[in-house]
Amino acid sequence: MANQPSIHAGVRALARLKKRRRSEAIFRAFGIAAIVFAMCALAWLLGSIIGTGYKAFYQHSLTLEVELTESILAPNGSRDPDTLRRANYRRIMQEAMFTRFPDIEGLSSADQRAAKRQNFDIMSTSGGPNYIRQMVFKDPAMVGQTITVRIPTSDIVDQYLKGNLNVDVPEVQRKISDRQIAWVKTLRQSGEIKAGFNKRLLFSTDSRDPELAGIASSFVGSLMTMFVTFLLAFPVGVGAAIWLDEFAPKNKAVDFIEININNLAAVPSIVFGLLGLAVLLNWAGMPRSAPIVGGIVLALRTFPTIIIATRSALRAVPPSIRDGALSVGASHVQAVFHHKLPMAAPGILTGSIIGMAQALGETAPLLMIGMVAFLTEIPSSLTEPATALPVQIYLWSDSAEQAWSERTSAAIIILLMVLVTMNGIAIWLRSRLEKRW
Amino acid sequence: MTENTSKNIKFTCRDVRVSYSGKEAVKGIDIEIADRSVTAFIGPSGCGKSSFLRVFNRMNDTIPGCAVTGDIRMDGEDIYAPGLDPVLLRARVGMVFQKPNPFPKSIYDNVAYGPRIHGLAESKADLDEIVHNSLKRAGLWDEVKDRLKDSGTGLSGGQQQRLVIARAIAVSPEVILMDEPASALDPIATAKLEVLIEELKEKFCIVIVTHSMAQAARISQKTAFFHMGDLVEYDETDQIFTNPAELRTQDYIMGRTG
Amino acid sequence: MPPRSLLTGRTFMEFSIPAYCALIAAMGVLAYMSAKRRAMHVAAGTVTNEISRSFHSRPNFHGVFAAGLVTLLAFGVMIGGVIAGLPGWLVIALIVVLAGLAFAYTRTTIRANFKARNVVEFAIKSGLVICSTIAVLTTIGIVLSLLFESLRFFKDVPVLDFLTGLQWSPQTALREDQAGQSGAFGAVPVFAGTFLVMLVAISIAAPTGLMIAMYLSEYASKRTRSIVKPAIEILAGVPTVVYGYFALLTVGPTIRSFAESLGASVPTQSAIAAGSVMGVMIIPFISSLSDDVINAVPQSLRDGSYALGATRSETMIKVVFGGALPGIIGALLLAVSRAIGETMIVVMAAGRAANLTANPFEAVTTVTVQIVALLTGDTEFDTAKTLSAFALGLVLFVITLILNVIALIIVRRYRERYD
Repeated sequence: MANQPSIHAGVRALARLKKRRRSEAIFRAFGIAAIVFAMCALAWLLGSIIGTGYKAFYQHSLTLEVELTESILAPNGSRDPDTLRRANYRRIMQEAMFTRFPDIEGLSSADQRAAKRQNFDIMSTSGGPNYIRQMVFKDPAMVGQTITVRIPTSDIVDQYLKGNLNVDVPEVQRKISDRQIAWVKTLRQSGEIKAGFNKRLLFSTDSRDPELAGIASSFVGSLMTMFVTFLLAFPVGVGAAIWLDEFAPKNKAVDFIEININNLAAVPSIVFGLLGLAVLLNWAGMPRSAPIVGGIVLALRTFPTIIIATRSALRAVPPSIRDGALSVGASHVQAVFHHKLPMAAPGILTGSIIGMAQALGETAPLLMIGMVAFLTEIPSSLTEPATALPVQIYLWSDSAEQAWSERTSAAIIILLMVLVTMNGIAIWLRSRLEKRW
Repeated sequence: MTENTSKNIKFTCRDVRVSYSGKEAVKGIDIEIADRSVTAFIGPSGCGKSSFLRVFNRMNDTIPGCAVTGDIRMDGEDIYAPGLDPVLLRARVGMVFQKPNPFPKSIYDNVAYGPRIHGLAESKADLDEIVHNSLKRAGLWDEVKDRLKDSGTGLSGGQQQRLVIARAIAVSPEVILMDEPASALDPIATAKLEVLIEELKEKFCIVIVTHSMAQAARISQKTAFFHMGDLVEYDETDQIFTNPAELRTQDYIMGRTG
Repeated sequence: MPPRSLLTGRTFMEFSIPAYCALIAAMGVLAYMSAKRRAMHVAAGTVTNEISRSFHSRPNFHGVFAAGLVTLLAFGVMIGGVIAGLPGWLVIALIVVLAGLAFAYTRTTIRANFKARNVVEFAIKSGLVICSTIAVLTTIGIVLSLLFESLRFFKDVPVLDFLTGLQWSPQTALREDQAGQSGAFGAVPVFAGTFLVMLVAISIAAPTGLMIAMYLSEYASKRTRSIVKPAIEILAGVPTVVYGYFALLTVGPTIRSFAESLGASVPTQSAIAAGSVMGVMIIPFISSLSDDVINAVPQSLRDGSYALGATRSETMIKVVFGGALPGIIGALLLAVSRAIGETMIVVMAAGRAANLTANPFEAVTTVTVQIVALLTGDTEFDTAKTLSAFALGLVLFVITLILNVIALIIVRRYRERYD
């Protein structure tokens, strides 16, 4: 009876094993499928954003000879700022375009008006005249001269040249007319319309016209908000973490504080916005839309994250370090601040940077406190109305035009690049400074 | 074939080596292990005895970076053959670990786990019987029969270890490997466990790793002494403890090394 | 018009706060150096070794004590002055005089038996305690402000009507005589929409996230893990406004055109568009939390299962998953809380119309969408319309609080079990 065949070696067992191995393979395949799904979602997300967004980083502009006709700008010969401010630059630009395309003269008078309008619409209709206004304002001596300027084309022309407009439909159904297409082609061939890096996207403020809009004001708003957030959340978060980990007694009250912090880290961010609206704006009378309020709200949102990160960094420092310091006569406070904190610093910094990156992406609480201002100037103080980069993205996303969705995606690319940089620094810091015990 | 003249050989090992990420822990061991008896592996910690034990049910496969070479045959069958599924091997070679590791399930489900995954029971009544018999053979039935639905983790350490043995028996293995099964138990629980092992050897081939020489002497028929990954001496237990051939064995048994 | 102080009507920036801060900092540094030198002198002046050894605190603690007292006092004066709207010269005068008095007081404390270090350390500890209590204060602030505004709302609209009404159209209640009319503020469609979007999101995120966690912890090689894990975590780092835009720009239209090709009509903004994108956002949340709890299951349990001849998937499903279940439930509850509170994705991709529907292919609205819709743009604060946003906020806070606390307690118990 010694070598009685095992029940695990029979035909039944082998058949069953086959089935079990199959379910094993299926389970494994599900795991891989889940990862592939998540990766594809990420790729799709990034692909669709980059695919639409990269086109906003270049823009077409038009080189044009403009005669600064004295009779239009300063009919009475005066050069005083008021006259120059109110002068009809639009007409100057219309004339300049007309000079470039004198053929319009030959059209019937009704047709001629439409043609002139379409002709002018090739350039950014508010950007072009404004540009000239600023030039003349800076140097009134220019009046009467003929100058060569480079101005952005209208967003429609820009989109047409980027191939985003469908021109195979009847003329009435599209935003660009046959005549405009012909002109644009001419200008393109002669090199008068050229594509170049879109500096405006980075260095201009918001605008109603997509071809002029940029993220500068919201970017500065974000920086200011983050400055306030960091100033408040970092010391408070680190301080609270030190107390909880080092000095706090073990009792119900401290337990309550801990549950509180963990819960606060999971409270929806919009609730912090409501808190800011009710307490900071309505009760304390702080200025609406201001970076200082946004900063405080985001600090409240971020500091629980910093506490949690700091605590895990502090816990990673072995207690022997503190005990060593205590044994040579340092007080508890000295042991913590002189020894433990410096050793935990990389972890604390890493956690804080990641927390700040989260705060930088927050949108909802800022909507609550009205940081949705339309800004044509860069905010210069913490109490002025401002907006933030993610809010700018939200505001731009409301417009359906291709030119806007391009810019929205481009702003997202910039935001993501900032976040990648921040996280990259965090990872670098961690790998560079982290000690292993 | 008479019982006392030549016992059946369960395992035959030739030049077995185990290495972890290139570091050799078991350095070429030849050994034969008899069926229906208790074989004890002794030696100082880190001598490779546990690594070698895990060769028999291919538990080393689950450790990344671990490589096993050599020829290991169970009833003449190469257990490292490419076509052999370790899952079936492990059903035939049960294992009990150092620390009792009952699953966080009821006592009943703990024992029923193996039969369920291997499809050993046709019906609920079958399964009940397997559980009943296994617990009985593990000497636990009387202590737990009224609380089979209670969690297995709620038992005492000694009970847990016997539960784990019942769990292993339930799969109807041929071999039970024990890796220092008494090291986490108190003396009374250890004594109970030793009585159980004594009984189990009537049906199973038992290989036990122990750091207690007294235990090895009490329960095993043959003892293997390992040192630094080598098998120094392998003989009848009485022989090893009374008249070791090797100086190293003698030193260890006398408490001079280890 | 620049913003003005509540108390005085003066603008905030009439005082240069940075200038005050610079002054205070300078005084602090001076106080520190002066007190430290003084302490060294005093200590050195006490001739014999014996006495100098009995000098309790080292000189720099006397310095810190002086500097701390001076700056704290000056800072308090500054804040008081700014809030009270005192003219700049008066604030500066007050700062200088009071700080000077404080400094004069610290002079008298520089002696051998003054325990400057203990005082300083007590102050530091007190500061740390204050930092910790800010968390509690924030929670109290949230509760009080939401309750207060909600109570004002419930004066107009009975709580029961709000919680059980089937009609949500706050925009029609803009006119004062209409405010509070029953029917307009029945929040059930809003809650239902929130629930629907959450359900879509969780039904995508939970299986995916769990499978990823299980695969990574049981099957993946170290190399795969080191690539896949950070890649998944990128999903967690993407701001929600980006997901919202992705849903609006890409996912919504894709679903619509797909439905069109099947002959169905689905709006661009729908529960399915918002929910599925939200699901993707929550995947890393669930996978990393579950990964933690799965890894907390002791290896010995896995070994026990393998030793019985179980395959990896059998071990995973029947032993590890069972062992990790409390932690996984905790993770799922946190994910639900996250989905309910998520704002930007639904604002951009779910719609604004309050439809009471269980069909995920329709546009629905959620609690967070309504809060945003009710509070952006409109600065009027006393209408039932704006106040209803706080009532919604209160419901949101209470529900997420309950979910979070249950989840935190479950996870904590779970951790203790395997520690």
